[in-house]
Amino acid sequence: MLPLTVPFFATIGLAIVGYLLARRRALSVASGDIRVLNALPHQHGLNTALSTLLPPLAVMLTWALAVRIGASRDLVLAPQNPAFTYIALIGLSVTGFVLSLLRISRDFRARNASERWIMALLIFASTIAILTTVGIVLSMVTETYSFFGQYDWRDFFFSTTWSPNFRGGSDLGIIPLIWGTLYISFIALVFAVPVGLFAAVYLSEYASPRMRSIAKPLIEILAGIPTIVYGLFALVTVGPLLRDYFAAPMGLGQSASSVMTAGLVMGIMLIPFVSSLSDDIINAVPQAMRDGSLGLGATKSETIRQVVVPAALPGIVGAVLLAASRAIGETMIVVLGAGAAARLSLNPFEAMTTVTVKIVSQLTGDTDFASPETLVAFALGLTLFVITLGLNVVALFIVRKYREQYE
Amino acid sequence: MSASKHGSLLQTDPHTKKRNAAEKRFRMYGLSAIGIAVIALVILLVSIIGNGASSFRQTYISFPVTINAAEIEAAESALLKTGAYNKIIQTSLLTYLTENDLLQDIPEADAFGMISDEAGATFRRFILADPEAAGTTFQLNLLANGRIDGYFKGRVTAQTALLDQNVTPAQLVLADRLADQGALVKRFNWAFFTNPDASDQRPEAAGLGVAILGSLYMMAVVLCLALPIGVAASIYLEEFARKSWITDVIEVNIANLAAVPSIVYGILGLAIFINFAELNQSSPLVGGLVLTLMTLPTIIISTRASLKSIPPSIRDAALGVGASKMQSVFHHVLPLAAPGILTGTIIGLAQALGETAPLLLIGMVAFVKEYPAAWSPDAGLFGEASTALPVQVFNWTQRSDPAFVERASGAIITLLIFLLIMNALAIFLRKKFERRW
Repeated sequence: MLPLTVPFFATIGLAIVGYLLARRRALSVASGDIRVLNALPHQHGLNTALSTLLPPLAVMLTWALAVRIGASRDLVLAPQNPAFTYIALIGLSVTGFVLSLLRISRDFRARNASERWIMALLIFASTIAILTTVGIVLSMVTETYSFFGQYDWRDFFFSTTWSPNFRGGSDLGIIPLIWGTLYISFIALVFAVPVGLFAAVYLSEYASPRMRSIAKPLIEILAGIPTIVYGLFALVTVGPLLRDYFAAPMGLGQSASSVMTAGLVMGIMLIPFVSSLSDDIINAVPQAMRDGSLGLGATKSETIRQVVVPAALPGIVGAVLLAASRAIGETMIVVLGAGAAARLSLNPFEAMTTVTVKIVSQLTGDTDFASPETLVAFALGLTLFVITLGLNVVALFIVRKYREQYE
Repeated sequence: MSASKHGSLLQTDPHTKKRNAAEKRFRMYGLSAIGIAVIALVILLVSIIGNGASSFRQTYISFPVTINAAEIEAAESALLKTGAYNKIIQTSLLTYLTENDLLQDIPEADAFGMISDEAGATFRRFILADPEAAGTTFQLNLLANGRIDGYFKGRVTAQTALLDQNVTPAQLVLADRLADQGALVKRFNWAFFTNPDASDQRPEAAGLGVAILGSLYMMAVVLCLALPIGVAASIYLEEFARKSWITDVIEVNIANLAAVPSIVYGILGLAIFINFAELNQSSPLVGGLVLTLMTLPTIIISTRASLKSIPPSIRDAALGVGASKMQSVFHHVLPLAAPGILTGTIIGLAQALGETAPLLLIGMVAFVKEYPAAWSPDAGLFGEASTALPVQVFNWTQRSDPAFVERASGAIITLLIFLLIMNALAIFLRKKFERRW
């Protein structure tokens, strides 16, 4: 990267000079009377600055990318003499500088010209979202591909044992991890969905504006708390509590980190998620439907149960799916609360592990990017990405479709 | 079904009673759901604050120390410099203890063990910073060992000390005597915010200095990249893009990116920024880039919402007096939307500040004792190894000494205070500049 520093700063310097020069030249072309100019002097300046700056920057970016891609394929793309790169880039910059200065005249539409450059920048910025997705997919797909080159995909998807061994001969079956993930998410949802839903119903149908203005922010604080805080809470408070008062007396286990610990704490984390999404959806149900039901003599709770909630149901299902995708992708709570042992068991007080925990444990510390034990993390990541993406797409589709119904 | 069978309207019949009872029960469910959520919040905060509040105060041993120039010279030429300084501290401590007759039957080694292993280095820094001190006697404040500190915080008792290899009951007796003498005091622990992390054996010296610095660097990177890119992307999508399949793809994409699990961004960072672009592992630059990609959707969504809230009449008025579309956006719409954009950005930054999982994958869990420089010739901009606040919390939860749980909770309190300030600022800005059209 370093060889590009010199042309980078040279270009920026040239652009600043270009701005000042172009402004002066525009003024002198107009012989001091800017009314005769098609564009204002500073617009001429901006056009020259951007013409000097942007093309070399774009080339630098593409060039750096090409060199990197070349390096990863053992091709040496960079010329032996960096002076060549310097001259090419600075030459490009100077060309833009000179051409744009030469174009300055009374009739030159510098405003439109400079705005075309700005437009290019805006478009580039909005493609970054797409580039991110492409980056995510590409990085995971290539590594997963090389993982399946070393490890049979049938063993990965259908084996029920997970025992990585960095000396080789590991069993890398995803089933126990998926089981742990789903079990924990299930417990979290069993806790969060009723609580969140009832809270949303109460807040939107019963609560006075005063109570709503106090309770809603309080619940939403839960959403602003970082997950590492929940993780520590699970590790230090909830885990020992569940072990000492539930698991140990009932003879179900001696482990503080368990599916129950992680599930319960994750449930707390999801409450505001479920409640604020369902709150929006319940509020979107038209008042006329409620009035109709109340007018027929139904009580408020009957109206809610038989009219409002059924009308809002698709949206609520969408909210639950979004919450489920959150739960599946959650990392810190399970890293600190669920344990590291891959197990297929029904006992909720036993330590189990999840896909995300294993991604973290396979990729932290000294890792060798050629061994299947490390590469498996990318396959796990891809699986996770596909599952959550599927849930999100379905959920967003349902929520959006439902919203349109009443608008 | 005649009305007479059911009695008078003034009397509620059993069926109505049942329905009213159901109504009441339903209300109770709703109330208790809110109650559960609020209680969970209270328990969470109480447990964290209860565990961590004590980390802001630390036990120090304070006693007079004498050192002369010859001793400094000898210590500086020794192979183990801090060891030599430790010796001087021990001699002074012994003198102090015998002068006040505090030692009595307690072995000397126990007395020495009460001072933190970090003391030699602290003393050396103190002497080197202030060479005038040579030859004089001055009062020195040194960190007490983590276990002694734990004794004054109720974590260690005489019973646990019997089973503990790192502390003896005799030390606790001596600690009580020193406390009576006023030589052992708890005071506000500034070092917790300025010290770097410390090894497993010296929890008393561990601090958040490097972590706070690293988090600040990353926030700087996120702010400098995510804000301009996010605003530019929102402007294009909201003001210029014509509805086509490409913009549809971008929009669906952004909505999905906002819901992608954060750990996936960590994998992306590892694969793209570290393995492919070969940027430095555990550097704030890579951390900041990953967090930038993560916060971009949040910023784009909130920026678009605030651009949307600016009425079209503003744009029309600007276009009407001859502004170009670009000018109407940059000169009129954007300044009016700025408060909303700022609020969204602060909330996005707060989210990024608390994020842990992706940073674990790009190597920020490493043990870092040197303060990272913002720029260095070897590592470039923000390229030196660093750690971050939430990652430091995770790091401390992985240590065996229970004193680190206190530290981790203290670090979380610090993190939550930062978040509180940011969110309060966002709410303040929104309240102050919010405009209804």
